[in-house]
Amino acid sequence: MALVIPKETYSGKIYNVQLGSGAKAVTIGGANALPFLGFEGTFPNRPAVAFEVMDITPDDWPETLKKALGNEAANPVQWAKFCQKNGADMVALRLMGTHPDQKNKTPEEAAKIAADVAAAIDVPLIILGSGHAEKDTQVLQAAAAATRGKNCAIGKAVEENYKTIAAAAMANDHKLIAMSQLDVNLAKQLNILLTQMGFDKERIIMDPMSSALGYGLEYTYSVMERIRLAALLQNDAMMQTPIVCDIGANVWKVKETMAADADMPEWGGLEDRALAWESVTASAMITAGADLLIMRHPGAAAKAKEFIAELMG
Amino acid sequence: MALSGVEIFKHLPKTNCKKCGHPTCLAFAMKLAAKQASLDACPDASDNAKQILGESAAPPIRGISIGTGDKAVKVGDEICMFRHEKKFFNPNVFAVAIKASEAGDAAAKKIEAVKTSEIDRVGQKLRVDAIAVTDEGGDAAKFAAVVKQVVDGAPGVPIILVSKTPATIEAGIAHCADKKPLIYAATAENAEAMAKIAKEKKASLAVSADGLDALTALSEKVKALGVDDLVLDSGARKAKDMIEHFTIIRRAAIKKSFKPLGYPIITFATRDNSVSETMTAAVGTMKYASIIILNNVEKWKMLALLSLRQNIYTDPQVPMQVAQNVYKVGDAKENSPLMITTNFSLSYFIVRGEVENSKVPAWLAVMDNEGLSVLTAWAAGKFTASKIAQFVTESGVEKNISHKELIIPGYVAILSGSLEEKLPGWKITVGPREANQLPTFLKARA
Repeated sequence: MALVIPKETYSGKIYNVQLGSGAKAVTIGGANALPFLGFEGTFPNRPAVAFEVMDITPDDWPETLKKALGNEAANPVQWAKFCQKNGADMVALRLMGTHPDQKNKTPEEAAKIAADVAAAIDVPLIILGSGHAEKDTQVLQAAAAATRGKNCAIGKAVEENYKTIAAAAMANDHKLIAMSQLDVNLAKQLNILLTQMGFDKERIIMDPMSSALGYGLEYTYSVMERIRLAALLQNDAMMQTPIVCDIGANVWKVKETMAADADMPEWGGLEDRALAWESVTASAMITAGADLLIMRHPGAAAKAKEFIAELMG
Repeated sequence: MALSGVEIFKHLPKTNCKKCGHPTCLAFAMKLAAKQASLDACPDASDNAKQILGESAAPPIRGISIGTGDKAVKVGDEICMFRHEKKFFNPNVFAVAIKASEAGDAAAKKIEAVKTSEIDRVGQKLRVDAIAVTDEGGDAAKFAAVVKQVVDGAPGVPIILVSKTPATIEAGIAHCADKKPLIYAATAENAEAMAKIAKEKKASLAVSADGLDALTALSEKVKALGVDDLVLDSGARKAKDMIEHFTIIRRAAIKKSFKPLGYPIITFATRDNSVSETMTAAVGTMKYASIIILNNVEKWKMLALLSLRQNIYTDPQVPMQVAQNVYKVGDAKENSPLMITTNFSLSYFIVRGEVENSKVPAWLAVMDNEGLSVLTAWAAGKFTASKIAQFVTESGVEKNISHKELIIPGYVAILSGSLEEKLPGWKITVGPREANQLPTFLKARA
């Protein structure tokens, strides 16, 4: 009996979304088949890896991570340049300092930092709020205006605040990261709401909400698989945006990236363990179809890029 | 693909004799299709019917077990392309390779690593599942010596014998024939000899070929030689080839009932760099491999891989739960805060994690609501004021604490009034809605 390769019939494809401009611009998306099935599809753009930078010193980041960054995280501009030099396809600036529980920085302060970082790098810039839905509306409006012309990704727009943030992205010619809470239907709904207010669906990047390895990873993984099936097999136009996985923020909160060898001898060495935690989380997201990853540890990011190169080879 | 009721009906006697216990042959056929009846119930079924229906009832991917006793493992018998369609049933096996040249101390170290590999995660005991003794084209006696070292040093651990030389396998299997090992591997060149050994020793047999066409042909050949328990190696070693080959194999088996590829997959994730090896193995777990061979099983690597495997093989419809209890987080003392949450394992781990991050020792009371999250449990009436009050009272937590304050999750703030009624003498404090606000909340109280 001869094997006839069973091929899937696809009726849709993922949009191409470009970020940044010039020589270092990056386009993500474009797949017309399920991830890496080269025998039945084409994948014009490799998944991109953004390194995270914060507007405040990451004092509460785990030791392993702080050590990997050394003095480079002293200020956001220096940090961003370090990321670019170390292979980042993009820089993701998270304006954590604007959170009311953090330094409660003003939108104006945030805008200045965003503009400074944008001016210091050639790779595309992602600008993220602190996750405080209300404060983010003001912060991201200001940051979007201050970086007009740079074709950034502004995020995250969520159900509670998407109108203002989307309007700011539209007005300043940026792309938009839209985040929903681990649910295929909520993801679709947010995209529908955005397009209904006039936002171009081909300027959206979907964030299905990431989870760390061992802490609900399978939820993100399966939501992503379901989104891709809807986009490619059912030609659901609302699900055809590229997907971003913001994994650093989740991974570096879990015990496995922090517990000392002595505290958990059955878990092995901390440094290797922590690096593996972000690397394996990345590999899972890439396998499920991530077009863009936001990572923290330069070593883990390098492994992710290596992994992507092997998959695209 | 399984036959429909109507298709099955075509092969039945169509006499409506009722001997099977059903009123008509069609009714019986419907039950057979739903796997709610067995063809054995029909005394008049023809041999032809038995063969056709027997084949279609066989799982699309054969189930294979390796090893004996309580550490035996079963792989295969899968029905999905995507875990969300139903679930992935039999978690992949992780095996460490011990080379013939590693006889003595190096082998002893790896054996010890396997024996001390067990970890507990969400109440499941996870470990390195098997040992693969690997011939490097050398001495059969050396190979056999390591097999013996493994059998003696790691009793009960399933064994995979890795060699393409029949004489070497013969030498090795002499030490473990009664332990249901897996033999790797039959090739186009050695198929007859390897199949003979597998049949004699009742061992399962891997078939190894370069590419899917060659694999298909070899699998058919070895099956025709009389070996039923096969495992497939397509030669894929790079992540890209693994995803492509394994997807094709799984699709052919479950969507096209393509029997030659209806077997579990074995792959070697071995790499020089240990992180790369981890990520390669991860691809195996996510993309349909049933047996994954590693060079090294460092504790950090196995923690990551076993956690990933647990995540991927979790039943999407049955949430993982932790046991109902009052957990001590950090060096909690009698004046430490008491908090309550549900026993959905994700809720527990995330809340506990944030409490640990806060460095404020606390008591975390975890109530059994059948593994639902806080909001889901509340909406389902499983996280109500009465139930919480009953749990707190019956838990005996009052013995641990000198205060009577209970911090409840912010999302069920609405319960605070009735909770105060049901727990007289207790103060009910509403905590934050999101777990990541716990450190700020707890530190502000301290």
